[in-house]
Amino acid sequence: MKRILVAIKRVVDYNVRIRVKPDGTGVITDGVKMSINPFDEIALEEALRIKEKGQAEEVVAVSIGPADCQQQLRTALAMGADRALHVQTDAVIEPLDAARIFKSLADREQALLAILGKQAIDDDCNQTGQMLAALWNRPQATFASKVEINGDKALVTREVDAGLETLEIDLPAVITADLRLNEPRYVKLPDIMKAKKKPLETLDLAAVGVTPAERLRAVKFDPPAQRSKGVMVKDVQELVEALKRRGLA
Amino acid sequence: MSKILVIAEHDGSKLNPATAKCVACASAIPGADISVLVLAASAGAVAAQAANIAGVARVLTLENAVFAQALAATIAPAVVGATGDHTHIFGPSTTFGKDLMPRIAALLGAPQISDLMAVESATRFKRPIYAGNAIVTVECAADSKVVATVRVASFEAAGAASAAAPIEALQLSVELPTHTRFVAVTAARSDRPDLQTAARVVSGGRALGSAENFKILYSLADKMGAAVGASRAAVDAGYAANEMQVGQTGKIIAPELYMAFGISGAIQHLTGIKDARTIVAINKDPEAPIFEVADFGLVGDLFQIVPELEKQLGQKA
Repeated sequence: MKRILVAIKRVVDYNVRIRVKPDGTGVITDGVKMSINPFDEIALEEALRIKEKGQAEEVVAVSIGPADCQQQLRTALAMGADRALHVQTDAVIEPLDAARIFKSLADREQALLAILGKQAIDDDCNQTGQMLAALWNRPQATFASKVEINGDKALVTREVDAGLETLEIDLPAVITADLRLNEPRYVKLPDIMKAKKKPLETLDLAAVGVTPAERLRAVKFDPPAQRSKGVMVKDVQELVEALKRRGLA
Repeated sequence: MSKILVIAEHDGSKLNPATAKCVACASAIPGADISVLVLAASAGAVAAQAANIAGVARVLTLENAVFAQALAATIAPAVVGATGDHTHIFGPSTTFGKDLMPRIAALLGAPQISDLMAVESATRFKRPIYAGNAIVTVECAADSKVVATVRVASFEAAGAASAAAPIEALQLSVELPTHTRFVAVTAARSDRPDLQTAARVVSGGRALGSAENFKILYSLADKMGAAVGASRAAVDAGYAANEMQVGQTGKIIAPELYMAFGISGAIQHLTGIKDARTIVAINKDPEAPIFEVADFGLVGDLFQIVPELEKQLGQKA
């Protein structure tokens, strides 16, 4: 079966203003709204569109983390994923271990494609997709803004510093979604009801054969250095004079 | 001693300025012994430029026709084959490095520090998380290799060396995959400075209203010798090309002067500019968050202000 695995990470919602704990041991996440990582939502939308074009038969949403991740998996099922896999753990999972878990699941599910968000908006790592591709020994097309599946190949347009780059990749492969790949659909109420009946399988780390390691220990969290508010100028002339005083005009 | 391997970014003939910033970052590690690795179809010109960066002990080259395009899937195994006893493998946090370095890290079984912004020791580094709303200090094990993408906006480029470092050609020891093929790259051709490294950047937001209206910024930029950037809103609306996006998921830049026109200043945008030396904000909304970080703010209609600025700013410095 032509199957697409999609990564669904539970993260602090895009709109939450992040604050560092006063004792520097982390950021405040108690009671804040949690959501699907926005890039993962785009990844899921792309998988659904590929399936709707008849180029894949099943979309499987995968999340790694504590029990609460099932909320985001249910949202993914409501968006249209056929089933969900939850690798349940309370351990800190670094990108390399996340990639190992996805590799194990890609093998188990005989995946044709794995689509992930290009980065998670919590740790901003931008690593897991590339690491999965390396461990799987398959192509990677990161920062995708357009995906065309042609049989056992795909043409992927990528957003790179120079502009737009197109790659041809053999499937199976890993694609990571950039902002402009698509606009994710809204979930409708009947879909939320339907999603409750879709299969959601929970696995533990032993089932995927991964023992997580802490390779990078977080020692301390600090708030960023703040820029001080400058001055308001009243017109262009005053602005140009101010810039001249700084040698900028 | 820390042996650092910096992966050069280049276009086949010219070394990208991001590489000299990676060298500067590597030089901050006590007792750093720095090698730059150039993978290219023909490495000579780029290797010579790398050899002239202060702090570089040697330049290593790997030549193969397939390296004409910087594809992570082909480059990563070649880099891993050349890693040897290097303890740190650094690349820039450009799309080149972001694509490549995690693939290298996974093949090495090593952790990666993304957007490394400060070096505390050979094993302790700082990096931003949550769109720069928090800075985390991380410690890696001394006995493991570590891979990093260097946040180029955080480092001044290393200067010129007094004597060129030796260049050594390596032999490719691994077979390279063929499952990933380059098709094309389309870039908006521009004679303006590169956004990532420009000293001056003029940037526009959704308030510009159309791609056509962005022309007033191009005109101002040309007068100032500036690059042109855009907010995500402007890029999403189709007013500006994707490679112009500045912010958390676009380019993170540190110009001498950043002028934001009609950009409200979402936190994701501010992440991309907070290392700019001087920020100027022009917005018709006096409550726009961009004014909180601007050195100079001017409330008004950008369509009147831009032409007037162009007139008054005169020549580029």
